[in-house]
Amino acid sequence: MTMQPASTEIASRTAAIIQELKGLEGPLLPILHGIQEEFGHVPQDALPVIAEALNISKAEVHGVVTFYHDYRSHPAGRHVLKLCQAEACQSMGSDAIAAKLKQLLGIGFHETARDGSVTLEPVYCLGLCACAPSAMLDGEVIGRLDDEKLDEIVAEVRS
Amino acid sequence: MGLVQEIDYGTPASTSEKQVTLTVDGFTVTVPEGTSIMRASMEAGIAIPKLCATDMVDAFGSCRLCLVEIDGRNGTPSSCTTPVAPGMVVHTQTGRLKDIRRGVMELYISDHPLDCLTCAANGDCELQTQAGVVGLRDVRYGYEGDNHVFKKNDGVENFKWMEKDESNPYFTYDPSKCIVCSRCVRACEEVQGTFALTIEGRGFESRVSPGMHQLFIDSECVSCGACVQACPTATLSEKSVIKIGQPEHSVVTTCAYCGVGCSFKAEMRGDELVRMVPYKDGKANRGHSCVKGRFAYGYSTHKERILNPMIREKVTDPWREVSWEEALTHTANEFRRIQYQYGRTSIGGITSSRCTNEETYLVQKLIRQGFRNNNVDTCARVCHSPTGYGLGQTFGTSAGTQDFDSIEKTDVVMIIGANPTDAHPVFASRMKKRLRKGAKLIVLDPRRTDIVRSAHIEAQHHLPLKPGTNVAVVTALAHVIVTEGLFDEAFIRERCDWDEFQDWASFVALPENSPEVVGQLANVDPEEIRGAARLFATGGNGAIYYGLGVTEHSQGSTTVIAIANLAMATGNIGRPGVGVNPLRGQNNVQGSCDMGSFPHELPGYRHISGDAVRDIYESLWGIKLDDEPGLRIPNMLDAAVDGSFKGLYVQGEDILQSDPDTKHVAAGLAAMECVVVHDLFLNETANYAHVFLPGSTFLEKDGTFTNAERRINRVRKVMAPRNGLADWEVTQRLAQAMGLAWNYQHPSEIMDEIAKTTPSFAKVSYDYLDKMGSVQWPCNEQAPEGTPIMHIDGFVRGKGKFIRTEYVATDERTGPRFPLLLTTGRILSQYNVGAQTRRTDNIMWHSEDRLEIHPHDAENRGLRDGDWVRLTSRSGETTLRALITDKVSPGVVYTTFHHPDTQANVITTDFSDWATNCPEYKVTAVQVGASNGPSEWQRDYDEQARNSRRIATLEAAE
Repeated sequence: MTMQPASTEIASRTAAIIQELKGLEGPLLPILHGIQEEFGHVPQDALPVIAEALNISKAEVHGVVTFYHDYRSHPAGRHVLKLCQAEACQSMGSDAIAAKLKQLLGIGFHETARDGSVTLEPVYCLGLCACAPSAMLDGEVIGRLDDEKLDEIVAEVRS
Repeated sequence: MGLVQEIDYGTPASTSEKQVTLTVDGFTVTVPEGTSIMRASMEAGIAIPKLCATDMVDAFGSCRLCLVEIDGRNGTPSSCTTPVAPGMVVHTQTGRLKDIRRGVMELYISDHPLDCLTCAANGDCELQTQAGVVGLRDVRYGYEGDNHVFKKNDGVENFKWMEKDESNPYFTYDPSKCIVCSRCVRACEEVQGTFALTIEGRGFESRVSPGMHQLFIDSECVSCGACVQACPTATLSEKSVIKIGQPEHSVVTTCAYCGVGCSFKAEMRGDELVRMVPYKDGKANRGHSCVKGRFAYGYSTHKERILNPMIREKVTDPWREVSWEEALTHTANEFRRIQYQYGRTSIGGITSSRCTNEETYLVQKLIRQGFRNNNVDTCARVCHSPTGYGLGQTFGTSAGTQDFDSIEKTDVVMIIGANPTDAHPVFASRMKKRLRKGAKLIVLDPRRTDIVRSAHIEAQHHLPLKPGTNVAVVTALAHVIVTEGLFDEAFIRERCDWDEFQDWASFVALPENSPEVVGQLANVDPEEIRGAARLFATGGNGAIYYGLGVTEHSQGSTTVIAIANLAMATGNIGRPGVGVNPLRGQNNVQGSCDMGSFPHELPGYRHISGDAVRDIYESLWGIKLDDEPGLRIPNMLDAAVDGSFKGLYVQGEDILQSDPDTKHVAAGLAAMECVVVHDLFLNETANYAHVFLPGSTFLEKDGTFTNAERRINRVRKVMAPRNGLADWEVTQRLAQAMGLAWNYQHPSEIMDEIAKTTPSFAKVSYDYLDKMGSVQWPCNEQAPEGTPIMHIDGFVRGKGKFIRTEYVATDERTGPRFPLLLTTGRILSQYNVGAQTRRTDNIMWHSEDRLEIHPHDAENRGLRDGDWVRLTSRSGETTLRALITDKVSPGVVYTTFHHPDTQANVITTDFSDWATNCPEYKVTAVQVGASNGPSEWQRDYDEQARNSRRIATLEAAE
């Protein structure tokens, strides 16, 4: 696991990101993206710094961060695999795909493999219904999942 | 009697003047443009089912219960978010709507516990009511699967279930009952303006979260109670309701804490107070409250409250409980003996700003008619006496010029020496609401108070001036306005004396009053002064709100005059949205001043030397009044030390803790032969008392309080006095014991006497107040409905008077021995000397007074946060713990005075305002150093206090 940076370090790196993006209209989401990019997640210690800088309450920042599933409270694995669980994919067997993947990776949804190789997450529609069942690995979409493609995915994340 | 019912219209009222007519279920209704269909329907008497809507907050449209059908429109829009339109035809109950509502309700109930019978909100639950309204008979979904209701599902831990949060002393948060309507979150944002709550997560995961998934007590929550009031279920419930049960009747009364004067419904079960709920028709608070008024009433039943009269020969003796008869006869005899022995003027009294107008009137009457002298004073001496003087001189009345509603029309708010979010929280919320809508803010304060910058509020200009330089800085603002030609010439020519203005203008224009010179001595950036002045003069309606940071200085009266000059020069007087507004500290400090509590004034601010005024009272009271002013509080204490003043009747004020230079006060009290303290508790002054008369709380008597906007509000008795007599009855009995033929049967008769003798109260009576709700004085033939805004067509004194305001630095200066400046103030959860709030759970937020010190000053002295420090001035020393913060500037330290064991006033000096003797609490030169523990004074004092509070065990019953 990556070491968690100390809270003072988080504060100073957060402050730099805020400084850069504060001038935007509606700066909160871009700042949170910037922080997630910087730390790989949105550390809890960053939230009061954002609240103070934007002159909003800590509760408001917390509300926004928890509303969006893409903002992580903990660092993800080296790879992030998102498996679509929405209606179209379900009708094309994504439940079975999910079960298989969980078994192959030895983790459940919202979990990260012990070796830090991969994080598995459900996602609700990738806009790829025509190619269901679908997934997204590190930002790249993959359509028409089948056993063969699963094996490829597992091999890649384990490599 | 029953509960006072208030209609919830669902959405706030529209202020539009244009009217719109529509039809709701066949009934025609006309409402202002911009009104929601929901509100219009309620106006027509038709209640549309709703859960997420309540009229204290804006429409949200999330619960989908208030849907309606509109002829000619598709779908089923929500009535809370859809505004009315001319000729609109609305149907609130159709087959389709009924089905939708039942379906929505069924989903709500499928994730809500069915423990209605044992639920604290049983009988007061909107979810329960709406389930009944929509005719829910069946929940088809069952409770299997995901829910927030059960700790375990089939024996397996349910991670969606959350434990109750009971961390707040006054209310609980039970997430299992939450329907996520967001009413609490919106109330916290829109009504209170704290933004302490949010909805965390999304979809079925959503829950209310204080702060960042914290406990309420650890979050930014200020415990104002707005969320509890907004909650439609038992999710947020008062602990008192959980403990006692639902109230069965309620009475509208007025809070007895600060000068905002909030109206509350005291909700009762029998004579037991279940809860205090802010009253929407209350014109000062408009349905809002703070942690003190809403929750901190537990002192009235605190075990330390004294319920029996007590006397003792010497203050070193233990107290002896006696009958009312004995206590009052003893007091009367003592006072008469002292007067016989030392002269008519050797006794006096102090009226209370905590008691009602009627009680205050009686105390000054007792002194003038019974003691036959004018030795009456009140605690306003130590707070807002410079306001009375300054505004009297410039405008002609000793009071604020506006009502609180005026803030809604203000464009530029200037706050000087006031900390409204802590000391006047309900008004601060109204102010913050206006600021969030775009009004600009200027703050003059040595500290960076919360209003300077907090969520969604930020002052355009904060002038962190050095304590003691108010006059210089306010005059520098005027300098900019005059020299840059920003004054309102038309207003000045019409309303003020032009020659006086020119004289004043030539004075403020002098180079020594320029921001560049003043900035140097006040440690303020001159550009900030210039910016603030320009903004105030040109930003539209400018209103000045000020507090004790203005008055409690050796030049307090001068600053008040400078403020009045500023308002007149910019034409900011005489209409809504502007004005000069003292934020008064105590519930009835305005009233106690109005009631003739000062040694030189009869009720209505009429000088004692006026023959016509004395005639009125002399003929009514059948005595000859002394035409010379009597002694002020500091004079009484000086005279006591000199041996010519021997007896004092103190109603509801703790002068030992609240007045400056504690040692001098103690010496004065110790030199007297009969000190009578009339109070709820054995306060610090009572340590030097010979007679203790137990007081009654605001819940136990009828009367009126007058708030900072001159509003006369009714106080209504909801329970019998636990001590047996209301305070006005005690004073009356004392007067009778002294031989006066008083015979008031009810406080309304006292008010009738006040109205009969005081022109500005001429039309006030209890019947009239019941009819009007409340009125703002002057209330007489000229202004039968009272006077929300003063000086509309001209100043009360005729022409507004400009007076030069020369800055004279206080004699209290820093030097090598005392290099720091101490200033004092308050905190939200505590009230004044804390006699009441320290005896409630509010102590959880502030269990001790701390010394705020800047990191630089702390580092120089090797102090860490939380260290015990010794605070020394020329007057004395005390110890307390340090709180290191950059809210104070370097060179300035700050503390509160809520706790007697700290005794901040041991430190303060006896310098005072040149005009009114108001003490200079806000500036004391001090030194701070590390300490090992309590000072010698604190140890001696503690010892003396403990000794003095002994009460002898009762002898066997006769």
